[in-house]
Amino acid sequence: MTLTREQIASIAALARLELTASEFPVYQESLSRIIDFVGALDACDTTDVVPMAHPLAGLAQRLRLDAVTEEDHHEQYQPNAPLTAAGLYLVPKVIE
Amino acid sequence: MSDWETVIGLEIHAQLATKSKIFSGSATAYGAPPNSQANLVDLGYPGVLPVLNGEAVRMAVKFGLAIEAGIAAHSVFARKNYFYPDLPKGYQISQYELPIVTHGTLAIVLEDGSTKRIGITRAHLEEDAGKSLHEGLPGVTGIDLNRAGTPLLEIVSEPDLRSAKEAVAYMKKVHTLVRYLEICDGNMQEGSFRCDANVSVRHAGEHRFGTRTEIKNLNSFRFVERAINFEIARQIDVLEGGGKVVQETRLYDPDKGETRSMRSKEEANDYRYFPDPDLLPVALERAFVDSVRDTLPELPDQKAARLVSQYGLSAYDAGVLTSSRELAAYYEEVVRAAPADAKLAANWVMGELAAALNRENLEIGSGRLAATRLAGLLARISDRTISGKIAKEVFEAMWSQAMSADQVIEAQGLRQITDSAAIERAIDEVMAKNPGQLGEYRAGKDKLFGFFVGQVMKATGGKANPAQLNELLRRKLAG
Amino acid sequence: MTLVSDFHRSTLTQLAAGLRARRFSSVELVSAFLERIEASQRALNAFISVTREQALAAARIADRALEAGTGGPLTGVPIAHKDIFCTQGVRTTCGSRMLDNFVSPYDATVVAKLKAAGAVMLGKTNMDEFAMGSSNETSYYGPVRNPWDPQLVPGGSSGGSAAAVAARLVPGATATDTGGSIRQPAALCGITGMKPTYGRVSRYGMIAFASSLDQGGVLTASAADAALMLREMAGFDANDSTSVEREVPDYLATLEQPIAGLKIGLLREFFDTGLERENERCVREALKVFEGLGAQLTEVSLPHLPLSVPVYYVVAPAECSSNLARYDGVRFGYRCENPRDVNDMYRRTRGEGFGAEVKRRIMTGTYVLSAGYYDAYYLKAQRVRALINEDFIRAFDSVDVLIGPTTPTPAFAIGAKTADPITMYLNDIYTIGANLAGLPAISVPCGFVQQLPVGLQVVGPHFSEARVLNAAHAFQRATDWHTRVPRGYA
Repeated sequence: MTLTREQIASIAALARLELTASEFPVYQESLSRIIDFVGALDACDTTDVVPMAHPLAGLAQRLRLDAVTEEDHHEQYQPNAPLTAAGLYLVPKVIE
Repeated sequence: MSDWETVIGLEIHAQLATKSKIFSGSATAYGAPPNSQANLVDLGYPGVLPVLNGEAVRMAVKFGLAIEAGIAAHSVFARKNYFYPDLPKGYQISQYELPIVTHGTLAIVLEDGSTKRIGITRAHLEEDAGKSLHEGLPGVTGIDLNRAGTPLLEIVSEPDLRSAKEAVAYMKKVHTLVRYLEICDGNMQEGSFRCDANVSVRHAGEHRFGTRTEIKNLNSFRFVERAINFEIARQIDVLEGGGKVVQETRLYDPDKGETRSMRSKEEANDYRYFPDPDLLPVALERAFVDSVRDTLPELPDQKAARLVSQYGLSAYDAGVLTSSRELAAYYEEVVRAAPADAKLAANWVMGELAAALNRENLEIGSGRLAATRLAGLLARISDRTISGKIAKEVFEAMWSQAMSADQVIEAQGLRQITDSAAIERAIDEVMAKNPGQLGEYRAGKDKLFGFFVGQVMKATGGKANPAQLNELLRRKLAG
Repeated sequence: MTLVSDFHRSTLTQLAAGLRARRFSSVELVSAFLERIEASQRALNAFISVTREQALAAARIADRALEAGTGGPLTGVPIAHKDIFCTQGVRTTCGSRMLDNFVSPYDATVVAKLKAAGAVMLGKTNMDEFAMGSSNETSYYGPVRNPWDPQLVPGGSSGGSAAAVAARLVPGATATDTGGSIRQPAALCGITGMKPTYGRVSRYGMIAFASSLDQGGVLTASAADAALMLREMAGFDANDSTSVEREVPDYLATLEQPIAGLKIGLLREFFDTGLERENERCVREALKVFEGLGAQLTEVSLPHLPLSVPVYYVVAPAECSSNLARYDGVRFGYRCENPRDVNDMYRRTRGEGFGAEVKRRIMTGTYVLSAGYYDAYYLKAQRVRALINEDFIRAFDSVDVLIGPTTPTPAFAIGAKTADPITMYLNDIYTIGANLAGLPAISVPCGFVQQLPVGLQVVGPHFSEARVLNAAHAFQRATDWHTRVPRGYA
């Protein structure tokens, strides 16, 4: 297969996705299929072609005025969070 | 073995002093209650999108112009992808291949007074992450996203620095510059100005660079110097012991005075940079850049050079006085009001005034002692109304009360005695009261001169003009 | 007089007019459609949330406005929103367990605009999880069934909106299209679906899948209805940096223009071996209608177009792998139970919160962006994208619009294509090109194959929505495919 088990493990780690033991071969197979499929692009000659990041060619980023337009709504937002205290979002302890 | 050469590059993150964040309209003020300045865009909620703050762009361009760098007509924001709880979107919007500011330089003055030009590879815009709070929360870490989205200018130097002292000089120069340009308040305690240092060593004469380590988040000049020096010594130790320097990220522990490896950076981070599809390329037209150039103030180096030529100051003094715009402005106001002696003014501003401000933790802008009041004091020294020594007493009085120099001199009767007859009378009195010492002096014990100077000064309440006193005393003692 | 039982037989345009003429009230209308929705849920599963109380409250407000004569173009008209649009105070799930408990604190710009135009939201429609799919089988809330045949898929990712409109549960619904997610379900469900030009409709509040491809659009029973809704939805939004500052024309004003002389390009690459013969027959018959109306047909070739699916399956996963990184259990959404540490929290939250297709695409995207592969995959794909774009530009030099089939086959059985992702991906073979180039495109029904609808696609150059709608409308005036309703829902 195009992708090895180690590669799947490293991709899953980078993407922070826990895969079960039974999921590994499934993803290994489908991902390999997909990578093979998109390999069709190799046949296309793209010398000197500028990559197209988005369809709005020639347009430039609009600049916003520097002004404070927001108010404090954290009491409205935080009920959505799994765990908060004293206005902080809580996660398991991070060790630096 | 002193055949080792150090190679240092600094990455400085300066928080830009915009009112609102780089991609949202949230406030950037420091010290607000947790998450009170984090809107949906800052929080990375589903469906939100970034919109670029034009002032952040102006400030970046201003910096680029001040270091004579190239300003990219076309620059692109890119996503730097990694997971960390204080990074809400799971990526930081930064710039990668096409930064807004390209190569520039900055001159620093070394300890021996010589100038060295340090290359700046690039400066780019990016958003700051939030803060993780570990204290007082057992088993959990608290995330405050007020800081998430604050605009940063990341300034990357070439690896041109060769010692911790050079690194500090460079860092100080950048610090001064961003404050001159009013693009950053430079408050290191609040985290507005942070530095990462890349350090490596190699044998003198080697062309290749040694393996470098990165020391992160140094937020004081003193820490930068100590951390770099520790790291240099550590690396040399490792290499001389036959080992290899591991390329890694380290943190400085100020309590222990050491750097240590950062645990969480064990896995190499593949940031998978790609142009952010939610933002379009930033196009800067000539007219825009020119309009920013028109807003550049007189830069530190220019100002220092002018002080040297205009007021005859030494390069060192000019350097100190131009370390901030406010200080330089204060100095010039003093000299304008007391033009007789620019050097005297420099000494007093850098000396007594600076010491008094430091003692009470005040900034030059505190208005405690207006430039014109100080000028009034200096004028009285220049016109010899009071001696330099007496002036220090007057200064103390002026510092604690809103009086002019003249008012203090009058109130305390501190006028210098320049009347020769009065001084002679005092000398006569002292000579009469101290026959023993007089005899010894005339017999050859020269160092008793100082004794007599002291006695006459005491008798005149310290007000005798020192030069006149010396001359008259010598004559009289000689007989 | 329109009987309550006949409301679903009227078009969105007719209902809007009827409300304005006070022939019936919004409350009556909304109640009738809510009943239909509730009655159909078990069979179709088109809705994830039905907002009954809010809808009736909004209908009452609409009626007051209509009484006072202060109504807008859509006042009182019931619609549904694909559950990818954030709706304030209303659950917004994006078809995912990850957002199962997410109540949005804000309205997407599209939602706000339609609200401002007076439309009344009846609920949030089912969709493929995070818009990733072509069959509405990846939803955490179960598959949507095609009203024409409940054993078959309605298409995806906007399967819920499409089924809802096809079954006349609502006269119109919003949807999104990243690789064909509006047009393909429109074709499979026998309705009209329009994806506007990239940048025409604001993406603010439209949960991102692939940022350079996503566009918000509509699913309706006709091009005229689509024109009405789109006119209200489109427009510049300062909150979206990719929103284009360009006036929105009145799409209704040019709808009736005759299309004699319209230069139509037939895409050679679309009539390929993948296209089922019967589908092709329907499309070619439909083309005769266009000729009959005075349009001129020529064949054009977009040689790089066949590479559009591989390009898409590099670019879209790449962008989504980054867009979905924010789903981490910290500030909203699902979090796993008892995380041991932060890493464990991330891994299990995302492992449990996301379904298989989403994880597959995140991993694909992570891979193609990773060190050593970025140039070979991501950059390469963006270069081929540029070539495809150039092909379109060149084609539009000689023709006004491009026409072809929307999908290679009619609706397929639920479960038939889930085994191999590539088979599923190839459903979008004719639609993806318009997303890569950011072009406006519409799908209209043009016939049946074994009693299943077939769709015809019209693609125009940037910002030619008026012309595309006009061409579609001309076709619909000359045919009645778009008036057909599945048995049991008529």
